[in-house]
Amino acid sequence: MKREPQKNEKAGDVLLQEINEPHEDQTTHKRSVWNVVAIPLLAILTGLIIGAILIAATSTTVYAAFNESFGQGLVTAWNEVITAYQALFTGSIGDPARIISALRSGDERAIRSAFNPFLESLVQATPYIFAGLAVALGFRSGLFNIGVEGQLFIGAACATYVGYAITGLPTIIHMPLAFLAGALGGAVWGFIPGLLKATTGGHEVINTIMMNWIAFRLTEWLLSGPMNRPGAGGMPISPLIEESAQIPQFFQTPIRFHLGFFIALGIAWLVWWLLFKTKWGLNLRTVGANPRAAKYAGLNVAKNYIIGMALSGALAGMAGGVQILAVNRSMALGLSSGYGFDSIALALIGNNHPLGVILASILFGTLRNGATRMMVVSRIPIDIVDVLQAIILMFVAAPAIIRTIYRLRKPKHEEETVFVSGWGGGQS
Amino acid sequence: MTSVTHTVEHKKISEVSPTRKLVMGIAELFIAMVILFGFVLNSTPGDLTRFVMTPGGIDVGAMGDWVIPTRPTLIALTVVTVAIGIFQLVKGFGRATNGMVGLSGLFLIFGFLTWQAGGTSVNLAGMLASAVLLAVPITLGAFSGVLSERAGVVNIAIEGMMLMGSMIGALVGSITNSTWIGLAGAILSGLILSWIHAVLSIKYKINQIISGTVINIFSAGMTAFISQKYLQTNQALNNPPLFPRIPIPGLANIPLLGPIFFNTNVFVYLMFILLVVIQVALFSTRWGLRTRSVGEHPRAADTLGINVTRTRYVAVLLSGLVAGLAGAFFTLGSVGRFNEGMTAGKGFIGLAAMIFGNWRPLGAIGAGFLFGFADAIGSKLSLLGSAIPPQIMATAPYLITMIVLAGFIGKGDMPAADGEPYEEE
Amino acid sequence: MTPILELKGITKQFPGVLANDHINLTLHKGEILALLGENGAGKSTLMNILYGLYQPDEGEIFINGEKSMVTSPTDAIDAGIGMVHQHFMLIPVFTVAENVMLGEESVKYGNFLNRDDAAKKILEIGNQFNLPVNPSDMVRDLPVGVQQKVEIIKLLYREAEILIFDEPTAVLTPQEADELFKIMRSLVEQGKSIIFITHKLREVLDVADRIMVIRQGAVVGETTPDEADKNSLAAMMVGREVSLVVEKEEKVPGEVILSIDDLVVADKFQNIVVDHVSLEVHAGEIVGIAGVQGNGQTELVEAITGLRKSSEGQITLMGEDVTRATPRQITELGSAHVPEDRQADGLVLPFPIAENLVLCTYYKEPFSKGVVLQYETILDHAKQLISDFDIRTPSALTPVSNLSGGNQQKVIIARELSRPIQFLMASQPTRGLDVGSIEYIHKRIVQKRNDGCAVLLVSPELDEIMELSDRIAVMYRGNILAVVKRSAVTKEEVGLMMAGIMPESDFKPKEKHVVERTF
Repeated sequence: MKREPQKNEKAGDVLLQEINEPHEDQTTHKRSVWNVVAIPLLAILTGLIIGAILIAATSTTVYAAFNESFGQGLVTAWNEVITAYQALFTGSIGDPARIISALRSGDERAIRSAFNPFLESLVQATPYIFAGLAVALGFRSGLFNIGVEGQLFIGAACATYVGYAITGLPTIIHMPLAFLAGALGGAVWGFIPGLLKATTGGHEVINTIMMNWIAFRLTEWLLSGPMNRPGAGGMPISPLIEESAQIPQFFQTPIRFHLGFFIALGIAWLVWWLLFKTKWGLNLRTVGANPRAAKYAGLNVAKNYIIGMALSGALAGMAGGVQILAVNRSMALGLSSGYGFDSIALALIGNNHPLGVILASILFGTLRNGATRMMVVSRIPIDIVDVLQAIILMFVAAPAIIRTIYRLRKPKHEEETVFVSGWGGGQS
Repeated sequence: MTSVTHTVEHKKISEVSPTRKLVMGIAELFIAMVILFGFVLNSTPGDLTRFVMTPGGIDVGAMGDWVIPTRPTLIALTVVTVAIGIFQLVKGFGRATNGMVGLSGLFLIFGFLTWQAGGTSVNLAGMLASAVLLAVPITLGAFSGVLSERAGVVNIAIEGMMLMGSMIGALVGSITNSTWIGLAGAILSGLILSWIHAVLSIKYKINQIISGTVINIFSAGMTAFISQKYLQTNQALNNPPLFPRIPIPGLANIPLLGPIFFNTNVFVYLMFILLVVIQVALFSTRWGLRTRSVGEHPRAADTLGINVTRTRYVAVLLSGLVAGLAGAFFTLGSVGRFNEGMTAGKGFIGLAAMIFGNWRPLGAIGAGFLFGFADAIGSKLSLLGSAIPPQIMATAPYLITMIVLAGFIGKGDMPAADGEPYEEE
Repeated sequence: MTPILELKGITKQFPGVLANDHINLTLHKGEILALLGENGAGKSTLMNILYGLYQPDEGEIFINGEKSMVTSPTDAIDAGIGMVHQHFMLIPVFTVAENVMLGEESVKYGNFLNRDDAAKKILEIGNQFNLPVNPSDMVRDLPVGVQQKVEIIKLLYREAEILIFDEPTAVLTPQEADELFKIMRSLVEQGKSIIFITHKLREVLDVADRIMVIRQGAVVGETTPDEADKNSLAAMMVGREVSLVVEKEEKVPGEVILSIDDLVVADKFQNIVVDHVSLEVHAGEIVGIAGVQGNGQTELVEAITGLRKSSEGQITLMGEDVTRATPRQITELGSAHVPEDRQADGLVLPFPIAENLVLCTYYKEPFSKGVVLQYETILDHAKQLISDFDIRTPSALTPVSNLSGGNQQKVIIARELSRPIQFLMASQPTRGLDVGSIEYIHKRIVQKRNDGCAVLLVSPELDEIMELSDRIAVMYRGNILAVVKRSAVTKEEVGLMMAGIMPESDFKPKEKHVVERTF
């Protein structure tokens, strides 16, 4: 039987719950929770297994061992993978032995540095949260924003400029100003393809990708020209931002954990509230789920596409801004390690829901952070993370594969996620 | 009762929608204004522009230089473009609208060159020759798109397939020291990736754009991974042989055209061969009719006993094959080594060329040349010492892609079932 | 004599529905067997099984006495079975020849298409069965009637012996339908056998040799046109006595609510599809627009509701000029719109019923305060409407996609009719619904009219127009040929007008307002 909402329960909460979950057989709530998380979890597990195969298959020592004997080869392969994944774990979560001994010793510095890998994972997760929210909001509005990377670059450039060019402001004004400048830059970069989609029907997938390349070239020029650091010797790098523009870090270097993580959580809540609690959010979601019905219902579809793209771009710009203001403190070309492209996977794994995006972001931040250590220990290029992400994304997008592998039952009703397909066609 | 056998005569408001007519007319007038204010007024009276008509390093098919007066040429371009714009606004060109916009764009580019080279010279033939080469990956990418989209499968993974193809081409070419085996390796990698795309989007029916994105991310990660693990640590693995320039006897001696089209890379020849093959195969063979039927109305094809799934698989695999070939061009036909991310969005520009070319091979190659030319100008002008920074010039192909795309989607002959997974019953 | 086709015990289960329940069917050579049943009775499922598109859970198929496995359309084609689908299986951008030969191509030099050879065969078939078409015409340029002939030629090209016609008259005028029946007759005279699927009683009585009635997936009776009449067939089809007539009190129309003046609308290809149309709808009357689909009704409705810009002319609603108004402005004036395609336009399928029930009003009090949605109010509102309009659903939070077609339509009806409105635009409000839902929706529409609402009804179903309308406007090729009082015309006369032919009676079509003044 259907669960009727209790009198004292917020009806809206129930409704939201229903929107976000396949709700048909809720005889056991646990079952439906499992349905929601099983696919992403198993996708990640499968991704790690395939990653292990890749690690073993590209290791010269493994080949050497196989030359000796098959058994030796298997053992070496196993050891290689374990070493690599151990590095991945200790590099991202921390070394349990070290944490315990640090806690025992009671030495504050030791404790901090023992927990640093985990805190650093949160640092890595912060831009992911913004970028993932950007893609998720886009998807909810029926837009496929592959331009997060470019919007992030432009956002970072704007935040950097406000960060160093304006001086003499108090932190309370300068820091938010620089952050908002980043959001605004990203919004402009998202607004353009949104406008093109709304007015000409130009597909946002191609346009946002083109905007990415334009953003890369533009920032390259900015950093080596107008925004070049005096005395950088031609290196494309910006001046350091003013201290007043910096988002504070909580501990001393090398621990980089900063306020931006909590700002990200706050923004995620705001996005959730906007999407699911306000009529503006319902506007966006209606346009995203069925533009024809939205038009019928009296919504201005074009306007909502533009708003959706601009908001999505703003979130992406924040990702760039937070990275500059809290971590890098100046802008160089190696600003992003592909946050923009990873964010597509984040949004899909997180079911285009802000909470899901946060969890997926922490996972990806952890992976990327650990991969850095894995690179040092096992000399495995960090790009393996991209490969893992592609595989995880594939499994999340095609749950049928995961169900086949793990012989899961198909849930009665899969939630319909509405995506753009084909080339649209714009307004006729 | 009379039976109606003749076709329906549609009463039309006009061939082209009024907004589009207006927008295109304004765009053309805008181009004219750019020529006028950007170039004419900034040119020195009395200057001459010298176009060199033989590419550097070529001795067959040489041709004399072409010298024109800078300012009068620019003024003439302005006048003609204004005329086109006004005619477009007042009467409209109907079916020729796209062509006229393209022509105005050409005038803009030509005007820009004339202005830049005012008082000096520019190697126009060299630029055209490099434009043709730069057009190769874009056009092949567009062909790749035509093949899969005609069967109703959107393929935005062309970029990833090209990137993988370029890396595998370099790797296999280096190991075997053979261009042809390297090419085969590249094609094979394209095939494998397109098979994944086919499985995901046809069998599992996941959103084709997502499926393409998966492949793009995977390719970017995998090529960077292998590049760092092997190609950068061992340079011998990243030193493939290059396809040489092959002159076609007789044709190579034609002035201007000879050096550009008939004394060049094998990829250019392959591109023209593919143009003919795909055009004929799609529109004159049984295979083509079936493939297009699956892209237009898969259910109808199904009811006539056509295997929709198999037809789509074949089309997507062919698409991957061509994309792999396009990738090989970068390492085996052009640069001679693999760099991370070296396709630089050419696959996506190829898709834009496909759309602009109306999902037809001939249109695709035309659009490919346009983008290739934009690219060539960008790189040539930085050599000319233009006032515009090279990074900004490098945005030209992307900007032109966006401009061209605006207003063309949904207006052309897009296959009706493009992007729609087929649900068998 | 061995029947040419025999189905034995065909059973097909879909999630939640038993679509076919041990159906037996026999078809003899040279006969027309009508398969009668209302929408959703399982006729199409049965035929799709026969055509190899579905696999039966149980049952056997015998063709010419031999047991056959039909697992794909290819098998069906090989076995001599052909089907004219309800929605034409034609590719608009292909020529007639290409469409006909697709899958059985004429080729030369191995793989190259031989269009001339195919064209020759098509012309031969056309001559033999009186189906004149031009093989080099592009299908999208052909009128529907001709497109249907192309579909029939496709079957004959494959030398089909058993021809299935699935609701073939849905897109035809009554006169075109009569012509189709003649073709069907000539086909059986030349030795073909036909299964004719329909839910229209008249057609069954006109053309069939034998009638089989299906209800809820099972055969409920078999008869012949001589033994049966409309009422007995209707009762068999629905399972109870049906009142085919809607109770409607006489009503004197009030003031003009909607006025359309000289309206011109173009489709997206810039074809003029509404060609200088004028029409008035008064309070308390139902004006029905009759016409075969594709004669401009869709675009006319879109123009009236603000979904499509008109090129010329004026639309006035409740005294306000709404020619350039947005859909929301028009809605807020007090009008409602039941759209033609409920799933594409009327509903957001993944959203819950509650949200769909406020689709046009959620931005206003009481459903929003400021920008914040009031989900409690929205939910209460939904529960009220679910009980008022008898929407069968497990909860107000069920996504609309999980509802049956009839209940989905009820969600739209509930949303649109529960608001205080003065004008209702109802476009094919009962498309594809079962008789029970149709009765219910008709009752609701008439009730609105009785309450003084002006109703403009568009339907390709002539019966629906005849039943509900006070006045009828006939649309043909973008023109309104005539506006007549319901009581002043017969169904046959309206049918003729739908084909563009004016009956030789007294009403003068082109002087539009003359007709209006006669009532």
